[in-house]
Amino acid sequence: MIHSLFLVNASGDIFLEKHWKSVVSRSVCDYFFEAQERATEPENVPPVIPTPHHYLISVLRHRIYFVAVIQSEVPPLFVIEFLHRVVDTFQDYFGVCTEAAIKDNVVVVYELLEEMLDNGFPLATESNILKELIKPPTILRTMVNTITGSTNVGEQLPTGQLSVVPWRRTGVKYTNNEAYFDVVEEIDAIIDKSGSTITAEIQGVIDACVKLTGMPDLTLSFMNPRLLDDVSFHPCVRFKRWEAERILSFIPPDGNFRLLSYHVSSQNLVAIPVYVKHNITFREGSSQGRFDLTLGPKQTMGKAVESVLVSSQLPRGVLNANLNPSQGTYTFDPVTKLLSWDVGKINPQKLPSLKGTMSLQAGASKPDENPTINIQFKIQQMAISGLKVNRLDMYGEKYKPFKGIKYMTKAGKFQVRT
Amino acid sequence: MQKLLQLPVNAVNIVKTVQSQVQGQEEDKSPVLTPDSGQQAWYSALQPDELRHLRSGDQEERATLEEAKFSMFSSLRHDDLKEMLDSNKDSLKLEAMKRIVAMIARGKNASDLFPAVVKNVACKNIEVKKLVYVYLVRYAEEQQDLALLSISTFQRGLKDPNQLIRASALRVLSSIRVTIIVPIMMLAIKEAASDMSPYVRKTAAHAIPKLYSLDPEQKDQLIEVIEKLLADKTTLVAGSVVMAFEEVCPERIDLIHKNYRKLCNLLIDVEEWGQVVIINMLTRYARTQFLNPNINESLLEEGGGGEKTFYGSDEEEDEDEEEKEKKAEAAVMAKRKPYVMDPDHRLLLRNTKPLLQSRNAAVVMAVAQLYFHLAPKAEVGVIAKALVRLLRSHSEVQYVVLQNVATMTIKRRGMFEPYLKSFYIRSTDPTQIKVLKLEVLTNLANETNISTILREFQTYIKSMDKDFVAATIQAIGRCATNIGEVRDTCLNGLVQLLSNRDELVVAESVVVIKKLLQMQPEKHSDIIKHMAKLTDNIQVPMARASILWLIGEYCEHVPKIAPDVLRKMAKSFTNEEDIVKLQIINLAAKLYLTNSKQTKLLTQYVLNLAKYDQNYDIRDRARFIRQLIVPTEKSGALSKYAKKLFLALKPAPVLESPFKDRDHFQLGSLSHLLNAKAGGYQELPDWPEAAPDPLRVPEWTKCSSREKRKEKKVEKPFYSDSEGESGPTESADSESDSASGSESASGSEESGSGSESEESEEGSESEEEEEEEEEEKDKKKKKKEIKKPAIAPSSALKNYELLHRITGEGLSVEYCFSRQPFSPDGNMVAVQMQFTNNATSDTKNLHMEDVKLQSGMRVKEFPEIELLPAGETATAVMGIDFCDSTQAANFQLCTHTRKFFVSIQPPVGELMRPVFLTENEFKKEQGQLMGMNEITERLTLDVKCRNEHAIVQRVTTAANLSRVPCGSDKECRFAGKTVTSGSLVLVTVATKEEGAAQLTVNCEKMVIGTMLVKDILLALTQ
Repeated sequence: MIHSLFLVNASGDIFLEKHWKSVVSRSVCDYFFEAQERATEPENVPPVIPTPHHYLISVLRHRIYFVAVIQSEVPPLFVIEFLHRVVDTFQDYFGVCTEAAIKDNVVVVYELLEEMLDNGFPLATESNILKELIKPPTILRTMVNTITGSTNVGEQLPTGQLSVVPWRRTGVKYTNNEAYFDVVEEIDAIIDKSGSTITAEIQGVIDACVKLTGMPDLTLSFMNPRLLDDVSFHPCVRFKRWEAERILSFIPPDGNFRLLSYHVSSQNLVAIPVYVKHNITFREGSSQGRFDLTLGPKQTMGKAVESVLVSSQLPRGVLNANLNPSQGTYTFDPVTKLLSWDVGKINPQKLPSLKGTMSLQAGASKPDENPTINIQFKIQQMAISGLKVNRLDMYGEKYKPFKGIKYMTKAGKFQVRT
Repeated sequence: MQKLLQLPVNAVNIVKTVQSQVQGQEEDKSPVLTPDSGQQAWYSALQPDELRHLRSGDQEERATLEEAKFSMFSSLRHDDLKEMLDSNKDSLKLEAMKRIVAMIARGKNASDLFPAVVKNVACKNIEVKKLVYVYLVRYAEEQQDLALLSISTFQRGLKDPNQLIRASALRVLSSIRVTIIVPIMMLAIKEAASDMSPYVRKTAAHAIPKLYSLDPEQKDQLIEVIEKLLADKTTLVAGSVVMAFEEVCPERIDLIHKNYRKLCNLLIDVEEWGQVVIINMLTRYARTQFLNPNINESLLEEGGGGEKTFYGSDEEEDEDEEEKEKKAEAAVMAKRKPYVMDPDHRLLLRNTKPLLQSRNAAVVMAVAQLYFHLAPKAEVGVIAKALVRLLRSHSEVQYVVLQNVATMTIKRRGMFEPYLKSFYIRSTDPTQIKVLKLEVLTNLANETNISTILREFQTYIKSMDKDFVAATIQAIGRCATNIGEVRDTCLNGLVQLLSNRDELVVAESVVVIKKLLQMQPEKHSDIIKHMAKLTDNIQVPMARASILWLIGEYCEHVPKIAPDVLRKMAKSFTNEEDIVKLQIINLAAKLYLTNSKQTKLLTQYVLNLAKYDQNYDIRDRARFIRQLIVPTEKSGALSKYAKKLFLALKPAPVLESPFKDRDHFQLGSLSHLLNAKAGGYQELPDWPEAAPDPLRVPEWTKCSSREKRKEKKVEKPFYSDSEGESGPTESADSESDSASGSESASGSEESGSGSESEESEEGSESEEEEEEEEEEKDKKKKKKEIKKPAIAPSSALKNYELLHRITGEGLSVEYCFSRQPFSPDGNMVAVQMQFTNNATSDTKNLHMEDVKLQSGMRVKEFPEIELLPAGETATAVMGIDFCDSTQAANFQLCTHTRKFFVSIQPPVGELMRPVFLTENEFKKEQGQLMGMNEITERLTLDVKCRNEHAIVQRVTTAANLSRVPCGSDKECRFAGKTVTSGSLVLVTVATKEEGAAQLTVNCEKMVIGTMLVKDILLALTQ
């Protein structure tokens, strides 16, 4: 299936290659570079590029292209999904997935890739199994290793691969037994010029951090499971139980994992927590434009809207912007024409605003396009859909774990058209 | 340059690299390098460095310098590494190995360290060992002899009591690509396949494709192993062995029969990557084994009301449809058996559905395509929600999913309509995603939602992304052509765009308006006038050309403006682009024909200008038009019809989705994405006319449930271990029990109404009868196959017997491969059949029926022979596309009284047609088909066949090849192409003293090559 993998950085250098079958010359990447040159934006490089003898399937994450070389028919999503899994694993191991981190840990990277694919077919992609095989590098371990000459490779044999719960490593031991669950919801919305909602959806995930001794069997139930319209599970969740009782029952992997992602049915009206008043105008014949933007909270159930960040791609004709924020700071990049305004927290008593003028190219006609405004925000301690966890129970082990649950709402792709 | 001076060895290599660069690229093709090409692979590893020398730029230069420094010290440094590897300290060894692996990762050549590294294969330190494995797998192919040193370590590992060590030994052993150890690998795989540990068996399954790619000749033995592993009941093995099945023998669908239900039931517990592979395979399987669940619907469609029923726009209508369907069904009922879904078909649909909830996008997509290709129309809808969920994922995932959604929306629009808003475009989407979403929105547009969609489109037109704006305008055009009600609205909107400031937008609008106007020009003369005015401003050639064409075409609607436009154009003629010039000539000609009084001089002027144009197309056109329209004495008969020629009514263009008909590729596949067949793509077969024998049932009942219980104790699937929950395996158990009781297992499982289950019983009874019949015939068939000669003897066209006159009750049929091109379809092999009626009575209505083929194969039936009088002989020609395989084509030969089961199996030599190559071409092609694609055999020639003539005669008899001229008299060369795929087949027979000879076959299709070698060998030695 997957023949080879090349990692290419933003400047077009191949800085790592790995082959699972016969060696494929790196000149095959020239086709990729060609496509890269043709694309105006980095994300516009087509994910699948046919070449005379191979096909290149690539993903772009953290400004690194992961280019897989394949030779025959294979579902493209299979490869794409796998490549993303590789990136996730790197991130899990090194904290960040940058060129520097990969270069520093090239041996670990190589060992990981060796375990993740056998002859081009995925072998072990579960992070729990991998961590049993190859220990993630930490500062302490690196120091000990350099002194004693011991290794990153697990001394014991990875028994996880043999078990019926392949995602959980065996022999887990903690002095403090804890299980934390984060319910994170994202609002995707498009708001039109007049402020009415064109489309709004809520997508949520439950990320878990479980550090429990032994083989615990957990059940998690919701107050209002009906809200969940479409769900996808970590493989550990027993699907039948969910179908029958709407209860999440699972033996958790050890450590961090995404338990569930869900979609709240679009029939329910989605509460939009912020509103934007905007007035962006360009006058014909004048080289000035007016920019006026005010943000305000709405339907937040008394919770503060935090970490607000407004960004907008202004028309090409705009030379500079001379604005005055009532709070926070703004930047305008005259090359990319990207305006971004770091607002911070919205104070309902004193609404943040950004006002001022934009200078246009002299003599040029007024731009046709209206910029869209992208907004990011966070609201702590609230799931906007109203989803609530009822209780979490543990079976199979004797001790009492510490349980915690946290809610958060974020803006996903939140756009206001002007 | 420093590098070149200081390291003469490297320099030589670099020079060679340049020479072998072309060759090197070609080598990429062959997955296995021949033993002696190890060196060349090394060159290609160097190639990128070389490329850098050629590139310019500061950065590159610096990089080159660094590299130069590096390689300057490399020999020294390698000595240093060797020393470290030879030391006693594990930490030093580890450090050395880490540095070596870092070199490999950067693509640097480290092959000269091979002997030093391979010594450490038995090192105690586990990390050193692992890194040595990494190194070994990477370079073993280039250092075959040295690699052999390590084999014994792995062989020892294979016997280790620890299953994980056994597995890892097998894994590394099978990854070493050295041909000499093929027998050892085969033995190891066979042993591991019956290992106690499922993990080792899984590794064995992984090793199968590795060995197959190393030596395809092992295919038969490997299939045996696959067959054995397919019967494995653990989830761990299932995914890997199906993967091996898909790589080695995807055509052996018969191996799946007895494992089908088990695979369906295990599916949910298999790891996610295995799930994808299994689901894709089962989709193909189901297409060959079950009936089309939408068969009644497609009948209706043929009846004429198809459009309506297919594109049900909302649920109400769906209900109506169902009623209609029921009525229609009742009507058809008298003629045909009502459709009842095979319980196994249902099982597959039921067991895959939960996987739509998988977190893995590839699994979701695999289930979605399975439902799209296999489920009854009413059930396909469930996949929409899951696919829409995937749109939240990474942009690459979105890209692939949207492509598939676009294809689906053409066939099943209703499914995605509720999710219309999920396809709305955000300004932050990458352009390629935007364009795909636009495509989906356009496909989803209908009378009810068009107004919202158009409002959306209006905002898109203001986007800053101009490529996207252009695509939006095209989309508006398509909506307008598809939905008559909004045509005027769209047209008006587009006309407004004509005053847009961006030229690209205007140009795109003009092109689209032109297409729309062509549909109803009478009403829109004012738009044409408006556009005529635009010629002063628009500079984009395509748009100018479109406007001119419009004016010319409809000059009668704008009689006053048209000549004026021509006047302006004549002025600027010399400065226009070529396509505009051509349209000016066109316009002139059309005006001349309709309004010659006003435009005669202008036309002459334009034609004169064109006569001296630099572009010969334009000169030609001018000459041609002058002859046609300007009447002279010499002008031919055509000029009378000039007006009809130029001003004929032209059909309006059809604006079609580029995704139309893409669904003949299996959705979710690479081939579908590229809309081109990728290598190794398995065609999705069409539904069979009648369901084949349900071979799954008997095999399953044989496997007693007791045996399974035992297995379950050994290894409990995860999902069945929680109390109060019936896991899939258990339910399978109960099912199999009921199945063993009676054949009709459909009963309780079927969701349908009571009447349906009654019918199903009827259905299965009749199936049973059929089954018995079939079995009898199978036996007959087998007898026949035994009789059939395996090899074509010496006469040029060998006749084979299709039907003996005793079995055929007087009718005997012989066939031969006529080696003529089969004119109706170039991909088919022509089979000439000779019917002889030895009976005393006449035979009527000889025709063929019930063609059973392997997937991908096709047959063109011979025309029916209405009457064959007693004692007479008739011939007919049929065409079979064997898909380059020697699978038999089975069909029934029917007369007015009897039906005979017959089958035609081609000798491999008939699957090709001759091609003519020169000696040089032959050598060039042969050079490209090295390695795995080349098979060589030594042989001793038959006494009678020691001269050139005899060899040529025997080879050409055995295979349909043509001789290639050859300078040496010691060699005979032949060339051909396989009929279906057109892969080259090259055969060389080199003779030596005393009848010794060497036969070489080069063919991209290794199976064909192998079989051909055997056939030719036999022909030359007997």
